Amino acid sequence: MSFQDIIFYFFSAVLVASATGVITARNPVHSALLLVLAFFTSAGLWLLLEAEFLAITLVLVYVGAVMVLFLFVVMMLDINLDRLREGFWKWAPFGALLALLMSAEMAMVLMGEQFAADELPAPPSRAADYSNTKELGRLIYTEYVYAFELAAVILLVAMVAAIALTLRRRTGNKAMDVAKQVAVKREDRIRMVTMPSEKKE
Amino acid sequence: MEYAQELFGNFFGPEWGPALFVVTKNVLLIVAIILPLMLAVAYLTFAERKIIAFMQMRVGPNRVTFFGIPWLGGWGQPIADAVKAVMKEIIIPSGANKLLFVLAPILTFAPALAAWAVIPFSPEVVLADINAGLLYILAMTSMGIYGVIIAGWASNSKYAFLGAMRSAAQVVSYELAMGFALVCVLMMSQSLNLGDIVMGQQGSSFLNWYLIPLFPMFLVYFISGVAETNRAPFDVAEGESEIVAGFHVEYSGMAFTVFFLAEYSNMILVATLASIIFLGGWLPPVDMAPFTLIPGFIWLVLKISGLLFCFLWFRATFPRYRYDQIMRLGWKVFIPITLIWIVVIGLVMQLPSPVRGVFPLNLWFH
Repeated sequence: MSFQDIIFYFFSAVLVASATGVITARNPVHSALLLVLAFFTSAGLWLLLEAEFLAITLVLVYVGAVMVLFLFVVMMLDINLDRLREGFWKWAPFGALLALLMSAEMAMVLMGEQFAADELPAPPSRAADYSNTKELGRLIYTEYVYAFELAAVILLVAMVAAIALTLRRRTGNKAMDVAKQVAVKREDRIRMVTMPSEKKE
Repeated sequence: MEYAQELFGNFFGPEWGPALFVVTKNVLLIVAIILPLMLAVAYLTFAERKIIAFMQMRVGPNRVTFFGIPWLGGWGQPIADAVKAVMKEIIIPSGANKLLFVLAPILTFAPALAAWAVIPFSPEVVLADINAGLLYILAMTSMGIYGVIIAGWASNSKYAFLGAMRSAAQVVSYELAMGFALVCVLMMSQSLNLGDIVMGQQGSSFLNWYLIPLFPMFLVYFISGVAETNRAPFDVAEGESEIVAGFHVEYSGMAFTVFFLAEYSNMILVATLASIIFLGGWLPPVDMAPFTLIPGFIWLVLKISGLLFCFLWFRATFPRYRYDQIMRLGWKVFIPITLIWIVVIGLVMQLPSPVRGVFPLNLWFH
């Protein structure tokens, strides 16, 4: 077993353990944190495959932004754990059925001939100055530019919709207009009054 | 170096020798980066107290010396503070989540140190010379927020939780502006490698630095950096006058000190990155005799110190932002500016090459 194999098995063990933890942890905050660990270790596995751009983007996007907001929401919720577990046995058969279906589907794909070990050899290792990022960028913005733009537009539509759904205009709130505040002049606020000095009587 | 490698090969066999040699070498190099960094953090706190004291016409720390030498008055202060912090008890509040409470400072501190792996100190001196250096730094700094959120949640305290929520929203917002500012940089340098970014700024003088074509981006990056590190005037996460001390109210002793170390090493990291990306890293301001004689590392340290001084200066002069103003600045001011500048840089890069060869443009767009 070489050094790289040991690293691979270490990451895989941590990944499987943390992924199991995500669904078995009692506290939802623990689940979310274990999911972060799972993301981080799978980024490590991707690095072993020399996919450094994808690995770092996984950490940057999912760990650095998505999970932070996720954790934010989970912490704010006042979750009653007993209430959550109430319907467990009622829904267990349905869940098991879904799990079985998914495992069957995965098995059908993974045990197919296209995914056999000799059909998918390890990618040839590249020289140190080979930039994965540059290659991906070139592909995305030339060959797959329409697909990329479509994905971007779909995301934009989702963003606009989310904002439009939650935006409500209240009348009579006291929100300040910063431009107006900055543009204020002395004359708008102060009135100089000349008055003769008064004598003490 | 070869001798050590051979020694490892003889001792652990041909398969394990090289791997263990690499591990040992890297551990030693990491220590060689972290130890000076910790010393810099200690003396940054001293500099902060002295400089702010000077700005407020006070004296600042001037008692603790080494070996009773009077003119070193105050220089022993960071060491004394560290010793005091180590001796204090770490109190874990009742009802706190013990594991996460202890884990939180470590989770803040580890990414702050990990990001230093790809920082080039001079053309050859860099621990990991990787192609995706800039991305790696963004990924690592975005991890630091977990420590703050977990600290706020695990403390089982309302103040800590409020501080953590504020900090999370603020850091996520400013990360966007920061990322977009860096997009401009990598458009100009056409590389994510920090060493290559510095090399792209090489020329006859400081006019070649990215500071000049990307000046608005420099401002956005640096101000976002101040916000990312939760420093004044963006320190609503701590907000002494509103929520006591924010996410670290419940921490004491060494656990608190680790948060403190992480904040200051993040400050140094932001200043270092800004010097590398916008101020030409180790390049001298003018490529001429008296300036080139000074080693590049000294120039880098000078640039970092100048930016760190700005951090302290901000803290001494600006009042704290109100929370909605912070969000407005991030989302409605910085992000539009960066988006416009990306388009401007893109347009200039698409100009025909004779136009790009005209005087100011030929300095930056090769």
